[in-house]
Amino acid sequence: MQTFDLEAQGLRALNQALHNLKGQTNQTAWEVVNPKGSHAIAVGVDAPIDITVRGSTGYYCAGMNKQATIRVKGSAGPGVAENMMSGTVIIDGDASQYAGATGRGGLLVIKGNASSRCGISMKGIDIVVHGNIGHMSCFMAQSGNILVLGDAGDALGDSLYEAHLFVRGSVKSLGTDCIEKEMRPEHLAIIADLLKRGEAEHLAKPSDFKRYGSARKLYTFNIDNASSY
Amino acid sequence: MSDFPHTPPKQSWTFSNDVNAEIRRAAATGIYDIRGGGSKRKLPHFDDLLFLGASISRYPLEGYREKCATDVWLGTRFAKKPIHLDIPVTIAGMSFGALSGPAKEALGRGASAAGTSTTTGDGGMTEEERGHSNTLVYQYLPSRYGMNPDDLRRADAIEVVVGQGAKPGGGGMLLGQKISDRVAKMRNLPKGIDQRSACRHPDWTGPDDLEIKIMEIREITDWEKPIYVKIGGARPYYDTALAVKAGADVVVLDGMQGGTAATQDVFIENVGMPILACIPLAVKALQDLGMHRKVQLIVSGGIRTGADVAKAMALGADAVAIGTAALIALGDNDPKWESEYNKLGTTAGAYDDWHEGKDPAGITTQDPELFNRFDPILGGRRLKNYLKVMTLEAQTIARACGKNHLHNLEPEDLCALTIEGAAMAGVPLAGTNWIPGKNGF
Repeated sequence: MQTFDLEAQGLRALNQALHNLKGQTNQTAWEVVNPKGSHAIAVGVDAPIDITVRGSTGYYCAGMNKQATIRVKGSAGPGVAENMMSGTVIIDGDASQYAGATGRGGLLVIKGNASSRCGISMKGIDIVVHGNIGHMSCFMAQSGNILVLGDAGDALGDSLYEAHLFVRGSVKSLGTDCIEKEMRPEHLAIIADLLKRGEAEHLAKPSDFKRYGSARKLYTFNIDNASSY
Repeated sequence: MSDFPHTPPKQSWTFSNDVNAEIRRAAATGIYDIRGGGSKRKLPHFDDLLFLGASISRYPLEGYREKCATDVWLGTRFAKKPIHLDIPVTIAGMSFGALSGPAKEALGRGASAAGTSTTTGDGGMTEEERGHSNTLVYQYLPSRYGMNPDDLRRADAIEVVVGQGAKPGGGGMLLGQKISDRVAKMRNLPKGIDQRSACRHPDWTGPDDLEIKIMEIREITDWEKPIYVKIGGARPYYDTALAVKAGADVVVLDGMQGGTAATQDVFIENVGMPILACIPLAVKALQDLGMHRKVQLIVSGGIRTGADVAKAMALGADAVAIGTAALIALGDNDPKWESEYNKLGTTAGAYDDWHEGKDPAGITTQDPELFNRFDPILGGRRLKNYLKVMTLEAQTIARACGKNHLHNLEPEDLCALTIEGAAMAGVPLAGTNWIPGKNGF
């Protein structure tokens, strides 16, 4: 286990040390102590390692992550795991705005609640939120899956493309061009997989969820839809 | 018919034929006009400025013997690996998607041969462009299409795009005709749909967030890459100051003459300011912060000639960027395609429906039949020639002003032909010592 004291050693040294692991490494277990809400912790990592952050993080923790498993033993600030490519990011507490924004792959698990714009413009990432998500979540979401065990705020999935949205609780309102859709067996299989990988099998079952997706009415501009924009 | 003289037919200035035609078009279709390019208005521009040249008080440099350097360093503030270009004319961001793969290749070939950089666009980095560009600036856009850390690291600089001159405050739209299989794959979208590009970044708002975002990008790239911030010509004094505050190495400032692949005509023509009005305000912001020449300023929007380059630099820019002019150098709107432009209901020089993907010159299209008309090697050579000519022209003027580097050009080398130009550029009206607005007059 490599223990890194962020307060004593500094952010630049941490990220450089993590970037230096690209390729072969025996240093597969890392612990970051004293994060104290710092921004950009463990960004741009590209190695199959495990990183545990003992405390809460600021903006963009685990940004653009590839391969690594990063667990935050606290809450995460805005843009956690933004543009993640692969790997896993697990937040034991809550996440602020834009969690998983534009994520292209991998898995983001938020064990608390996520604030507004969770999964905004997501492009292939899987997101599991044990609690609730805030307003405008999944705005312009392109692909990937989001599983919400709690409720969703206003305007869920506004201007959605082809992402799959699964919500167990209530949805305060659906965004433009987002509709409830039929739940088919392949979707239940996706949910079962997300529950398992999202450490939530004991909390819910696939049949608890409703599916939301794009009505695809905004895919080609039509003046008769102008009031929707 | 009476024998008395009668009033001849009189067209309204307010309701001109052009205006009336647009009203009829809107009434028939129910949709605003979308087009490519920048503002087509007659705007105050570099044409409103003149160089004074040398005289008894200033002596010139010999054109064929005395050196006038043209190189520029970009990104010297924070980046470990700043960029050094041979000439101060760069190629502005234009996306693969808006342009064909061969057109992007030609931009890379031409720019590299001339010793300058190209810039990606809203669609990610293509192998054509990376492979053929010695120096490639990778745009970080609200849509984040194609964004990934590997391309960030193989870029030579990163440009965080906040706005562009054609549409400050606007997003983009790439119509379905241009969403080919390859474009769709790069953008993670279904083929053939209208693709929207967001007007705001998804994970930051405001200058304080931008500062953290820039810091994150620097951390991901180990502080090696220069980070540019591109702004449209909206509030250049404050936007430049805020970009500097947020940690930019370079500010890219784009006036309303700067082109777009596709936006509403009403937006292009009515939002933003001409580049002439923007440059002095941005330079003032840098000077007020003590950062002029430390944070470099690249300006764009209607740069056509070496004279424009020299005037922009005399006003305080460190470099310029060209987009529309580069496309014309490649062959866009060439009269040799006139019969095909006519079939599209337009004429060479006026063609701007780039979003429809039917470009006869094969540049702004994803149709293989059309883009295979375009020879990227020849296109690259033409662009190199054009860049070389612009540089020679700018050097000619600089030597005449007694400058041994383009960066030594200064506002004192300029006068204005019009009151508007004098007021915007902050240089005296020709033949006077009057700078409108200065000292309360």
